[in-house]
Amino acid sequence: MNAHNPSGWRPEMGEGGNLDAVATTSGDRGLMLEEALIFELGAPGKCGVELDEPACDPVPGLARFLRKAPPALPGLTEPETVRHYTRLSRQNYAIDLGPFPLGSCTMKHNPRLNEKVARLPGFADLHPLAPQQTVRGALEVINQLAEWLITLTGMHGVAMTPKAGAHGELCGLLCIKAAIEARGEARSVILVPESAHGTNPATAAFAGFTVEAIPATAAGRVDLAALAARLGPDVAGVMITNPNTCGLFEREMKTISDAVHAAGGYVYCDGANFNAIVGRVRPGDLGIDAMHINLHKTFSTPHGGGGPGSGPVVLSEALCPFGPLPFTARTADGVVHLVEEEDAEAFGHAQAFGRMAAFHGQMGMFTRALAYILSHGADGLRQVAEDAVLNANYVLRSLEDVLSAPFAASGPCMHEALFSDDGLPEGFSTLDLAKGLIDEGFHPMTVYFPLVVHGAMLIEPTETESKAGLDRFIGSLRSLAERARASDPSLKTAPHLAPRRRLDETLAARKPVLVWKEAAAGG
Amino acid sequence: METDMRYLPLTSADRAEMLGVIGAASIDDLFADVPAAAQLDGPIAGLPGHASEMAVERHMAALAAKNVSAGAAPFFLGAGAYRHHVPASVDHLIQRGEFLTAYTPYQPEIAQGTLQVLFEFQTQVARLLGTDVANASMYDGSTACWEAVAMAGRITRRKRAVVSGGLHPHYLATMTTMARFTGDEIDARAPKLEAEPDDAALIAAIDGETSCVVVQYPDVLGRVPDLAAIAAAAQAQGALLIAVVTEPVALGLLEAPGNLGADIVVGEGQSLGVGLQFGGPYLGLFGCREKFLRQMPGRLCGQTVDADGKRGFVLTLSTREQHIRREKATSNICTNAGLCALAFSIHMTLLGGEGLARLARVNHATARKLADRLARVPGVGVVNNAYFNEFAVTLPEDAREVVRLLADRHVLGGVSLGRLYPGVNALANGLLLTATELTTDEDIEMLAIALEGVLA
Repeated sequence: MNAHNPSGWRPEMGEGGNLDAVATTSGDRGLMLEEALIFELGAPGKCGVELDEPACDPVPGLARFLRKAPPALPGLTEPETVRHYTRLSRQNYAIDLGPFPLGSCTMKHNPRLNEKVARLPGFADLHPLAPQQTVRGALEVINQLAEWLITLTGMHGVAMTPKAGAHGELCGLLCIKAAIEARGEARSVILVPESAHGTNPATAAFAGFTVEAIPATAAGRVDLAALAARLGPDVAGVMITNPNTCGLFEREMKTISDAVHAAGGYVYCDGANFNAIVGRVRPGDLGIDAMHINLHKTFSTPHGGGGPGSGPVVLSEALCPFGPLPFTARTADGVVHLVEEEDAEAFGHAQAFGRMAAFHGQMGMFTRALAYILSHGADGLRQVAEDAVLNANYVLRSLEDVLSAPFAASGPCMHEALFSDDGLPEGFSTLDLAKGLIDEGFHPMTVYFPLVVHGAMLIEPTETESKAGLDRFIGSLRSLAERARASDPSLKTAPHLAPRRRLDETLAARKPVLVWKEAAAGG
Repeated sequence: METDMRYLPLTSADRAEMLGVIGAASIDDLFADVPAAAQLDGPIAGLPGHASEMAVERHMAALAAKNVSAGAAPFFLGAGAYRHHVPASVDHLIQRGEFLTAYTPYQPEIAQGTLQVLFEFQTQVARLLGTDVANASMYDGSTACWEAVAMAGRITRRKRAVVSGGLHPHYLATMTTMARFTGDEIDARAPKLEAEPDDAALIAAIDGETSCVVVQYPDVLGRVPDLAAIAAAAQAQGALLIAVVTEPVALGLLEAPGNLGADIVVGEGQSLGVGLQFGGPYLGLFGCREKFLRQMPGRLCGQTVDADGKRGFVLTLSTREQHIRREKATSNICTNAGLCALAFSIHMTLLGGEGLARLARVNHATARKLADRLARVPGVGVVNNAYFNEFAVTLPEDAREVVRLLADRHVLGGVSLGRLYPGVNALANGLLLTATELTTDEDIEMLAIALEGVLA
């Protein structure tokens, strides 16, 4: 695929000499820059912020609480600070640099308009407890986004406050728990398929439920018969990911929902993969009672190196009365209100289960997500799902001759393509292909998840990859698969060309060094 | 029908060619597993179609213009969210695509930027809070606070948390929600509008069944509890002290909770680098004693070496976490507040320890000016003996109504206790006021004059 490399370089031209033989005094290698820790660079007393020393002393009542010395934290001036973080940033891969095909993570382009509008002082410089008369526009943003989410999912209401996907799962399960309590029942079991994200069982346990696993069929879907057999008066509900983590749509979702409802339970849907169906399928039509939406996935708020996320939860009519506080509501006069504890009853929400966090949710994510949704509109969002699914199927069919695709015969995939390590020669693993991709200039796919496939490789290209970009990625992964089949030993030690080679994770866990200490620096 | 829009790179020709490679006649073939009854025929009716960047920006700007931003009026709100000056370089640096558009650093060879920042962040937070270790951050202060209570329960195998009346009511509400479902008991003191915090009542409530004592420092009314005395009383009964810091700038002036005996220290890091943002995203800080490390929730970054022996960083101790342990994990948390942690860390690097101390002195001196000026307004009484940058006053009438009337006069005049504690009559005349380095003498004078007008 070097036809896409405009520099003229070809693999047969080599690296232009033995790179290891070029020694540098600095430790930097051209644009590959090393960077020390701030604790090695900075000094106490150095500062990048100017402030005049105040004239007055602390109030007398504070005297016994004063600290003896300033915190032992180094400071840097602005130029040093900018250089430190800029140099560090260059050791990161990012969606701005190329495809980031992590399955289940939906690493799509982050539009910069969204960053711009989130920073408007009328949103960014608002206090959460400012009088409502001064924040009507902000409440309108929350309410407009809530209305879009309800309409796109065909659900009855939405809880906007959860701070991430797992927090949204918790919100949905607490709604289920509250609904069951309100019925005067005590159901303690949540059923979770084996292929679920780890957060599902962890959340159920965190909310005080007992977790039981449901097996998958050979075709990669929930085993309906096993599920139906386990339903009963002790089962509070099921947590199902749809499209599931094998990249397949759960065809029998409505049947599953009906069976769970008939047995007195509720259906939680993990909405991590909503990107595959947004605008084409409404979860409300499938009998779902609660589903979180990762605004940082489907609606493209930046992942930021691991957060912040945002996980609003859409709710069915049955669960809506139990959703958390606060929430926004539009009254007949068109005004949007923030409904907190004192007004809950007046707004028909006396059964709310309580508050999940301080204040009103991830406002900075709401402004970005609303701008994203308005930019796409109903037609553009539908196109998002279609292009995401098209890109994933293109990857699946372009690689299935060199990598084992366990569910390829099950039909088309949705937004992600799943491969296994079946067929790789002895001694070569999924990890080797992933690390090889790093040398090729790509971020690896999700590896070893879902657990139902041996050596899983889950590739989610998203709709914001061009065909040319996909062809380059496919070309690289094909070449790596061929190198593995040829038992190329250099693949076992990849990456060779990244800022670091494979890191010793066992050492990190066995002797944890979690904070910098002077002695540990070794001069 | 296909839609062309600016974020979608595939052309119609690309789509047709790709369908050919796949062997599908149309895009609908790829959705064949979705039952027809569940599929929509076309774009959802009644919703608008795609819009240009210009049109969306206009829509959003019109909504922003309906709000009174904190910078547009004299501003005195706090209560768990503080307005500080954020140096311009902070927001510039966090918008570098390599930080903004990276994922969780699961591939450490190409994520050393994020990982080194987290290692530096953990060290900064541990030193600020006075704890042995700190994690890579939580969602926010309120959720970190519940996680600390849950962690104390795992360590002590007890289920009763004794909580100060000075804990932020939203933090208490978050904890109460969770405890209702997990079976933990939350024994909270009632908030009181008094000069001193409720240390004595708190100590009296600790018994042999107590898992932890939860104390905010400074507390929600700005008072400063005696953490050392509470720590000694808690530990004598085998309970842990959880200190909660909602204003980390205070730790530039006040002794760090960990140095006063707190076992777990949690906080809201929003003050440094993050901004107000109408309540989120914020930044949960979480530190504790090293011996409790394996019961800690959340991500941790650790130092190690690579195959060439070079220093590097990885996410570590993940056997505590949901993606490995599933239902046996210490928490269901799957993320941190990465970009907010980066902003906090950059701001802290620009300040350094001495800069933070000076910033804290400026905050306190400004608050003192505010308190002295308001004490001269007829009918206003300052409640606190001690405070950092936030304190309570009593008014001769319902403070909630006063705040509304001040807003009519274009002054954002604090947080009424009626907003924080609706329906509690004993607190209704209380008003919480905050001053920071951004508060000017003119702001203080405008508030005093407006208050005199409203109360006249």
